[in-house]
Amino acid sequence: MANIELEKASHLIPEFRYREDGMNVTRGSVWSGPGCHEGCGVLIYTDDDGKLIKVEGDPENPFNKGRLCSRCLALHEVVNSPERLRHPMKRAREDRGKDKWERITWDEAFDIIYERFSDIKERYGAEAIACCFGTGRDIVPWIYRLAYTIGTPNTIFTMSGMSCYLTRVLGCIASTGCFWVGDYSQQFLRRYEDPRWKRPDTIVVWGNNPLVANADGMYGHWAVDCMKLGSKIIAVDPRVTWLAAKAEVHLAIRPGTDGALAIAMLNYIISNDLYDHDFVDKWCYGFNELAEHVKDFTLEKAEEITYIPKEKIAKAALMIAESEGSILQWGVAFDMTKEALPASQAAFAIFVITGQIDRPGGMVMPTEILRFVGGWGYEELILGKHQDMIDKRIGMHEYGLLNAGIMACSTDRWIEQMETGEPYKMAGIWIQTTNFLACTSPDPKRTLAACNKMEFIAAVDMFMTPTIMALADVVLPVSAFTEKVGLRVGDGFQRCETINRASDPGDTRSDVEINMTLGKRFDPEAWPWERTEDVFSAVIKDCGGIDMTYEDFQELAPGYQPFEYYRYESGKLRADGLPGFNTRTGRIELWSTYYSSVGLEPLPYFEEPIPGPVSTPELLEEYPLILTTGARSWFFFHSEHRMIDSLRSRHPWPRIQMNPKTAEINGVSDGDWVWVENHRGRCKRKVEITPIIDPRIVMADHGWWLPEEPGDFDEGLFGLWDMDINNLLKWQAGRAGVGSNYKTMLCKIYKAEPGDEHNTWTREEAYSYVPREDD
Amino acid sequence: MTKGLLIDYTWCTGCHACETACKRELGLPREQFGIKLAEYIWPMDEGKDFAHTDNWQYTYFPMPLDACDLCEERTAKGKLPSCVHHCQANCLFYGEIEDLMERFLEHPRQSLFHL
Repeated sequence: MANIELEKASHLIPEFRYREDGMNVTRGSVWSGPGCHEGCGVLIYTDDDGKLIKVEGDPENPFNKGRLCSRCLALHEVVNSPERLRHPMKRAREDRGKDKWERITWDEAFDIIYERFSDIKERYGAEAIACCFGTGRDIVPWIYRLAYTIGTPNTIFTMSGMSCYLTRVLGCIASTGCFWVGDYSQQFLRRYEDPRWKRPDTIVVWGNNPLVANADGMYGHWAVDCMKLGSKIIAVDPRVTWLAAKAEVHLAIRPGTDGALAIAMLNYIISNDLYDHDFVDKWCYGFNELAEHVKDFTLEKAEEITYIPKEKIAKAALMIAESEGSILQWGVAFDMTKEALPASQAAFAIFVITGQIDRPGGMVMPTEILRFVGGWGYEELILGKHQDMIDKRIGMHEYGLLNAGIMACSTDRWIEQMETGEPYKMAGIWIQTTNFLACTSPDPKRTLAACNKMEFIAAVDMFMTPTIMALADVVLPVSAFTEKVGLRVGDGFQRCETINRASDPGDTRSDVEINMTLGKRFDPEAWPWERTEDVFSAVIKDCGGIDMTYEDFQELAPGYQPFEYYRYESGKLRADGLPGFNTRTGRIELWSTYYSSVGLEPLPYFEEPIPGPVSTPELLEEYPLILTTGARSWFFFHSEHRMIDSLRSRHPWPRIQMNPKTAEINGVSDGDWVWVENHRGRCKRKVEITPIIDPRIVMADHGWWLPEEPGDFDEGLFGLWDMDINNLLKWQAGRAGVGSNYKTMLCKIYKAEPGDEHNTWTREEAYSYVPREDD
Repeated sequence: MTKGLLIDYTWCTGCHACETACKRELGLPREQFGIKLAEYIWPMDEGKDFAHTDNWQYTYFPMPLDACDLCEERTAKGKLPSCVHHCQANCLFYGEIEDLMERFLEHPRQSLFHL
């Protein structure tokens, strides 16, 4: 085992547990639930009974330096909430959708789940069971290992086209050999003071509002830190966010046209000879083909498509090209359009041909302990014990891209397969940390009806959700992060952070503990550990190659792994030790040999979003507004936190943001309830009039349900059908199997009349639901 | 020896962390705040369409209210006020007025608060 030297943060008080003013303080990291993409350093204050008093930011942690967002600052309300699930419960399958839960013991719960899944395995094969997970939770490695222990290769990220993050990750792995993140000095203990680091000249905030979203291991306010040091912002966003307002140039883009903008910028940079010749000559494959391919994509053409004045596009392209260090701070707007893959490919290529790769203040490859997107245990358990499952992963034959380095299945094909039983029958679902009916799933009625056909469904969560109320037969209560031990192995740089138990979990258990206990029933050899701490010690040694235990990490955390820039020059990116990138050609592939080998276009292209003002002009008369969804709230993590009073009271209802002109034309006022409707469905939103959005575009919140409303299916399922913006969306993946139109729709709005409150859907209707014809 | 709060609101991103930190520290009910964001957002380019609008008045201002005691209990123990400690944009500073005054005069558009 390589002896990796970890650089250790210093603490005034060396122990990670200490007393202060009659309280117990536990130092550690955040992860999860509630969900979060980060892992900030925190100080957790508890009383002698193990009750959580408060969470504060840890000023000594280089990641957040004491800062915290509202969700952690209100964490005591989440953890101590009377609404939390506290004990395992079961109900009869015929009572799905009814509040007829019966408390049971953990032993009984595991007995039922083991028996029912074993029965399904026996009758249809283990592949008939799918294990579903959501985003921003400490779950991916553990749920994959549980699935592989049961013997199924079917792990499902519950979005159409897996259109959050995985699209960009897959595209980058396939064409550059790894995923890249912006260099905000997060890999260095001394952060901005480290002499190796250089502040980026430009930060291109594209399809992302990092201050609110904090996605992918990037603490959003690092962008503000860098602005204070002199970094300039280029913002690509349909809305004027704070960063866009302070940007050197703001490109107010029409949703879903990012690919067109990126291709035009490539053409501008190439045809004006602004690219980095040395980097392109030495380290890129297919530059001439790319140049030829994009040469007719003029700024004029881009202006017509994207709504962005061509002078602004030129200015932004020039600024990136002239930067010694430019970050592509990209977000889900790339993933949440149907042809996400070529759009991401084009945007990333801008940063490749301008030489921003693996340089200070540019795009860098994160050091990791475990590449969590690849899951954990595939080789040992599927290749080692369940070889008959290798070819059964849903979507892997149809979508070759799914074999590029992640192990998730095609979610769209999973939905179809539950409906049709082709190519094989599905019969069970394990749902852990996802509330997909309220959050990630398009066309939730179709999803519900498809899932409802399953013989047995078990779920794990902190709170009752519409998804669990509608579908689950057994539900298990999961611990919050202050109630468990954990290891932060998520997005971005992994900094040897531990999550340390501080408060009393009561009768809840942690996600990994649940997976280990259930996993042992199926195959004790696959989980040869007593405690969850031992699981993490195994990950640290076997995956991280670090000769330390979990307990060592607790003392050390956070610890920083060695980091170097320009690793492609020193041969440290490839297993064979040769210089270059970890691709077939050893270069960054602007013309992708991988895409070509799986039947995809090797060069980036732009396709109009469907529906849209250009692709479906016939819909414009009835649905004249462009609808984008999913801008994040300061107070919620996706569909969570709606029952937390101090947070909910500051974002009490789902909004639809629109320009004053749009409101005037549609005869609505600020605060009005309106229906947002398209040819597929409708939902309610409260009007927020704001000048920050183009009069042609409206933005609707996502993830809404009303925990205060009745949960019974026939009484509205926590208001789900009224509140779910995904009623307007459709299951549809891009050509590569990734990407889907979450942010690029058409709609109309009209006032909701009194008495028109309940857009209900009864159990009877759900059971007899037939998916609508495609449109 | 007067302590104060310097608000460098140019950098305030409107993240509301100060509000939430303060509410917990003072144990305030849902409607009450010890510090509250004021907000003004408006395009300043008269007569230009949305795509060509570049100049925005886009300002958040964290406004200390009557409930603010500059976290007397915390600061007595050598800690920062909870809003300053947790401010994500690092735009709030606590200290002796004389020391804050130096920073205050370094650049315009800041505000100084004391009790």
